[in-house]
Amino acid sequence: MSEHILEFKPAEGFRARSKAVVDNPFLRQSFRGAMDFLMSKRAAQFPDAEELESLRTLGESIRQYNLAKLPTLLEQLEANLTRNGIKVHWAETPDEANAIILGICHERRAKLMVKGKSMVSEEIELNHAAEAAGIGALESDMGEYIVQLANEKPSHIIMPAIHKTKEEIARLFADKVEGVDYTDNVDALIQIGRNVLRQKFLEADIGLSGVNFAVAETGTLCLVENEGNGRMCTTAPPVHIAITGIEKIVEKLEHVPPLLSLLTRSATGQNISTYFNMISSPRKPGEKDGPSEVHLVLLDNGRSQAYADEQLRKTLQCIRCGACMNHCPVYTRIGGHAYGTTYPGPIGKIISPHMLGLDATSTMATASSLCGACGEVCPVKIPIPELLMRLREEAFSAPHANPAMRGQGAGYSSLISAVWRGWAAVYRSPALYGVATWLGSRFAWLMPSKQGAWTSVRVPLKPAPKRLRDLLKERG
Amino acid sequence: MNHAQSSPPRPTDVYFFATCVVDQFFPGAGMDAITLIERQGIRVHFPEEQTCCGQPAYTSGFPDEARKVAAHQLTLFPNDWPVVVPSGSCAGMMKHHYPTLFAADPVRKAQAEQLSARIYELTDFLVNVLNFQPEDTGGDCTVVLHTSCSARREMGVHLTGRQLLSGLKGVKVAQQDHESECCGFGGTFSVKQPEISGAMVEDKVKALKATGAERVVSADCGCLMNILGHAAWKDEQEGRKTPSLPGEHIASFLLRRTSK
Repeated sequence: MSEHILEFKPAEGFRARSKAVVDNPFLRQSFRGAMDFLMSKRAAQFPDAEELESLRTLGESIRQYNLAKLPTLLEQLEANLTRNGIKVHWAETPDEANAIILGICHERRAKLMVKGKSMVSEEIELNHAAEAAGIGALESDMGEYIVQLANEKPSHIIMPAIHKTKEEIARLFADKVEGVDYTDNVDALIQIGRNVLRQKFLEADIGLSGVNFAVAETGTLCLVENEGNGRMCTTAPPVHIAITGIEKIVEKLEHVPPLLSLLTRSATGQNISTYFNMISSPRKPGEKDGPSEVHLVLLDNGRSQAYADEQLRKTLQCIRCGACMNHCPVYTRIGGHAYGTTYPGPIGKIISPHMLGLDATSTMATASSLCGACGEVCPVKIPIPELLMRLREEAFSAPHANPAMRGQGAGYSSLISAVWRGWAAVYRSPALYGVATWLGSRFAWLMPSKQGAWTSVRVPLKPAPKRLRDLLKERG
Repeated sequence: MNHAQSSPPRPTDVYFFATCVVDQFFPGAGMDAITLIERQGIRVHFPEEQTCCGQPAYTSGFPDEARKVAAHQLTLFPNDWPVVVPSGSCAGMMKHHYPTLFAADPVRKAQAEQLSARIYELTDFLVNVLNFQPEDTGGDCTVVLHTSCSARREMGVHLTGRQLLSGLKGVKVAQQDHESECCGFGGTFSVKQPEISGAMVEDKVKALKATGAERVVSADCGCLMNILGHAAWKDEQEGRKTPSLPGEHIASFLLRRTSK
């Protein structure tokens, strides 16, 4: 299990960060518009509710089947990748993963790494580690490139720069890219990015990518992308390093098509992505292109902790489509940065505690009305609301021996627990309930006009003068 | 998603589980629901020992406390009659979470399963068990319906409220923007994350008002407390004397529209 503890505590300041966005009408409108767009794209891909339901059930069973066999499959994957000439590395912590990647870079005396989109590389903060080691790490996915230019983090796992307007991007390009004049023509902006990146693909010593599915039986790394930058990163530089979490594995090639279909339709509302790469080996003798070396870094970072618990294991079913954030009324109100975690939104709330500890993330599980929209759209049926309730329980219960999660009990308050015990004592006893509610109804006029956070935007709650049971008695 | 269960035969008697919110804050809605059912020739029994389904503790991360309160409700409905609940949220707790809550307690698990099979959300019960055909006696009016997330996603009974309203010939049901989106109540969420909850209810009330409907109706009093509470607060802020968005439980609206 990972012992790595990042200093950053996303739960701290979460309310202040959310408030800043909620109080900004421009951002509110902008997130709402973006999420509406993504929701309608997805909806258009699934016109048939029954087909969607059966595909989701299939996706869920495939993910659960593979997770059940995870230890064996990881061994099988390593054996088959090794046989294919791909070198496999294991990293328990972000530091270990960075050390492995930078070690490969140093061996090759690498100066520049071009990166395809990889949330796991964000998770380990590879760009910072590379920079500290004197290696340039350049994002080549357009959204990631924008976010990197702005010195920010992605605010969405699929659309990293969704928080930015085209005018902001235009200004950013004019300020940060050499020899570029201000233009807010989207095609022109994309062309600017392409020109910069094209040259870098040729210069780069290392290409880094993520992995969407790692197929154990064939030793194949599958990569889903739309811009062709993923293919460039994995074929143009002499060395390709792929990094992914240990959960991204499937046993069989036949498991990929249903998951791929669910992924692209749920994520961007595309029937299929523009590119789908299957990488099974480095360049073979006689082949004209492709890297001469391919590496895969498999990262744990708290995943084995989630794996060890039957219920929490379900978090590992995720295929990172982002549909849960697109449909989340909370994400829609506050955007991705407010969460303060690499992975925002509903999925971020249930996986981040395993990566960062519940102590760093304890209050985040409370940022949900449990409306169930996330669980309803999840293509692999992760019961996100149920998992949020479990996290609340883990966070607020008194610390105990052998907890299922690092940081269990971090949100424990003896006062709050006593309040709930008192509540239970009243509500489990008809006599006490009767007295308490009778007093409430008779003395409703004593109810304070300020009731904490409730009355910040609502009138105070007042019990009715007579309870239903009183009205029924009167009626006889 | 769970779908409403297949219809059982028409019962002669039902239990009514009012919920703590209706008992204390919306007793009129409870009376109206009971009257509606009685007018269908069915005896309604209200076990006086009932309190709360336990959901507030359950969703807040205190399952032990929820279990204690839920365990008390398990024994209050001994006869094999349907248990009608005027709330999708509390019905969802009793129908879908009780069996999980008592999974490790063989005696109560059996009781919970026996009970959960008989739990009906009110509008589902009216439509699918009683085949209630409301005869509208009121004039023309436009209402907007808010369906709770639990009714929609947990109970799968999001169609029955609309069905009942559309059976009223003088009533036009308006369609609000982002209809299926949560109103932002979420129990303790509303006070633990007041900024986000506040933004959600603000948007919900705007969308409901934008329809121009005369009133909002809902089958869940938790949502109504939140929605009407914010609408009234906004009225106060803006110095309005008459409510800009009146609202009530769907049972009250139905009873009034069908009373001669």
